[in-house]
Amino acid sequence: MAKKRMIQAINEALDGEMAKDPKVVVFGEDVEISLFGDTRGLKDKHGAHRVRNMPISETVMSGMAVGAAAAGYKVVCHMMFGNFMYTGFDSIANQASKLRYMTAGQIALPIVYMGVFGGGRSAAAQHSDAMHPMIMNLGGIKVALPATPADAMGLLRSAIHDPNPVMFLQAAGRGGEQGEVPEGDHVIELGKASTVQEGDDVTVVAIGAMVRPAMRAAQELAKSGVGVELIDPRTVVPLDSAMILESVRKTGRLVVVDEARDMCSAASHIAAICADQCFDALKAPIRRVTVPDVALPYSPPLEKALLPNVASISEAVRRLLGIAAAEGV
Amino acid sequence: MSVAPSDVNFSDEQMLGFYRDMLRIRRIEERIGDDAKAGNIPGAVHLYIGQEAVGVGFCSQLTDDDWIASTHRGHGHYLAKGGDSKLLMAEIYGRETGMCKGHGGSMHVADFSKGIIGANGIVGAGISIITGAAWAAQMDGKGAVGIAFFGDGAANQGVLCEALNVAVLWKLPVIFVCENNGFSEFSPSSTVTAGNIVDRAKPYGAAHETVDGNDLIAVHQCAARAIKQARAGNGPSLIEARTYRQRGHVEAEASFLGSKYRSDEEVAEWIARDPIPAFAKRVMDAGQASQADLDRIEAEIAAEVTEAVQFAEGSPYPDPAMQGTNYMFA
Repeated sequence: MAKKRMIQAINEALDGEMAKDPKVVVFGEDVEISLFGDTRGLKDKHGAHRVRNMPISETVMSGMAVGAAAAGYKVVCHMMFGNFMYTGFDSIANQASKLRYMTAGQIALPIVYMGVFGGGRSAAAQHSDAMHPMIMNLGGIKVALPATPADAMGLLRSAIHDPNPVMFLQAAGRGGEQGEVPEGDHVIELGKASTVQEGDDVTVVAIGAMVRPAMRAAQELAKSGVGVELIDPRTVVPLDSAMILESVRKTGRLVVVDEARDMCSAASHIAAICADQCFDALKAPIRRVTVPDVALPYSPPLEKALLPNVASISEAVRRLLGIAAAEGV
Repeated sequence: MSVAPSDVNFSDEQMLGFYRDMLRIRRIEERIGDDAKAGNIPGAVHLYIGQEAVGVGFCSQLTDDDWIASTHRGHGHYLAKGGDSKLLMAEIYGRETGMCKGHGGSMHVADFSKGIIGANGIVGAGISIITGAAWAAQMDGKGAVGIAFFGDGAANQGVLCEALNVAVLWKLPVIFVCENNGFSEFSPSSTVTAGNIVDRAKPYGAAHETVDGNDLIAVHQCAARAIKQARAGNGPSLIEARTYRQRGHVEAEASFLGSKYRSDEEVAEWIARDPIPAFAKRVMDAGQASQADLDRIEAEIAAEVTEAVQFAEGSPYPDPAMQGTNYMFA
């Protein structure tokens, strides 16, 4: 194991898979210079024909990924910010997500659409969306949201070779966060959640960048004697509902933390699955900690007030357990 | 611009092949139109009738390694590129034996093994997809090309500009073929399109040409130039083939449209310029085929149509128990 930054882990996953498989290609906005650093150096190493800058033309770009993948390549399409996927949404929503199904699985369609997502950086309304619920609803695209460098590396390696399109969403502004990454070809199967920590009193499911504040909340709650079982789904499509349900059956309580707007969020979907399938095990209502149904504002105090954080996650857990901030269980 | 028969050097066999390819599309689609009117087809069908010379002119010069992307009016391109008529008919009938096992239907017929990326229900969508396939062909380095067929309606999607820009910059082996059939769904092209579509290639420096889309030989020669340029690594072309949609945007449209969007005289005028009889006359006048040859081809195609329909009608519907899980994340 070695400590690596998130961006470095992503860069090494791309570099490693490009070295192993000449069919892996990377294209997108500023991938040569690399705004975030994730594609930096790849052109010099793997050639200008496999790492190509695109004009700011998301409509053609997202569709080119479909055509190149249909024609036999494993395509990493870097769309920079998740919000920019809206500009190229036809080929994501109408083409990539449907082509395999519409044609009865005639072909593999290995595409990774990459972009950063989420708020917390005063990037304002048009650079801060957490659009994973919209992608979840398309029906044909897998969605990976790594919370750690190790998961970023392992999920991306799987995503590149998956025969289906995968949306790989990295939490914006967290590229510098460090974590232990296993040596060698570290791979994580898409659809396998991770139990970040075990606990008996409440299950907290946290998605993407929400895992870190949820972990801190769990540490704080432990001081009050509250045992939090923290689950990171790692991918929301496919969703490891089995692991979540098993945990909720054990704890009887569920809090879901999601950086998406509340309406039809991943949190709502996870809550619905648990209400459907383990209602009998629930000792309390399911709580969602999400973003209100507004655009994220620019000014730091305004933005901070809207995003889930350690305090709001802890508060949600305490309310479920019926305890005040200063009390224990 | 029409080319006199004396200017071309196609063998009798080649000329009859073009005739057969166009007539095959025509007769299969006439049957699809009849079946749609009779209520035998579950969804909407958009027919290519009148535009056959464009699809055949281009696709007759391609191999299975070349890629085409098509439109909602895509049966003709599928057939011209070598698609199987039984599998097509079964798909349109919604049967398990269809080439997409009934999951796609008329607007999504595809056969990747023959380089047919597929018809497409979204106007203009094939433009970006073929640009990507052409990028793949360029990386493969084997001289394959990609052709996007689209209509004058699709030319008004912004993606055409984006694609021309990238294709010229990257010198992609791609040909954008706009089949200007006069109508953007139910709107005459002149009411929704400014200027000449072919001129949209100019600011990007892409090769471009306008061709009589009802003249098979003219289309073939124009296609040959564009394909040669693309295979040689000399970049993209935009071709505007002027043709005419003899049928409606969608079969049975008269049943829901409150008024007409074109005159009967206009339709009659274009039917008089139908590419298939004109080509038959040219072949006969040049002494390259006899009426007996054409009759034989007609009979062979009639048999193929009957066989395709029988195959479709005799095939089972897909099992709904498999719905939603088959082919999803396979």
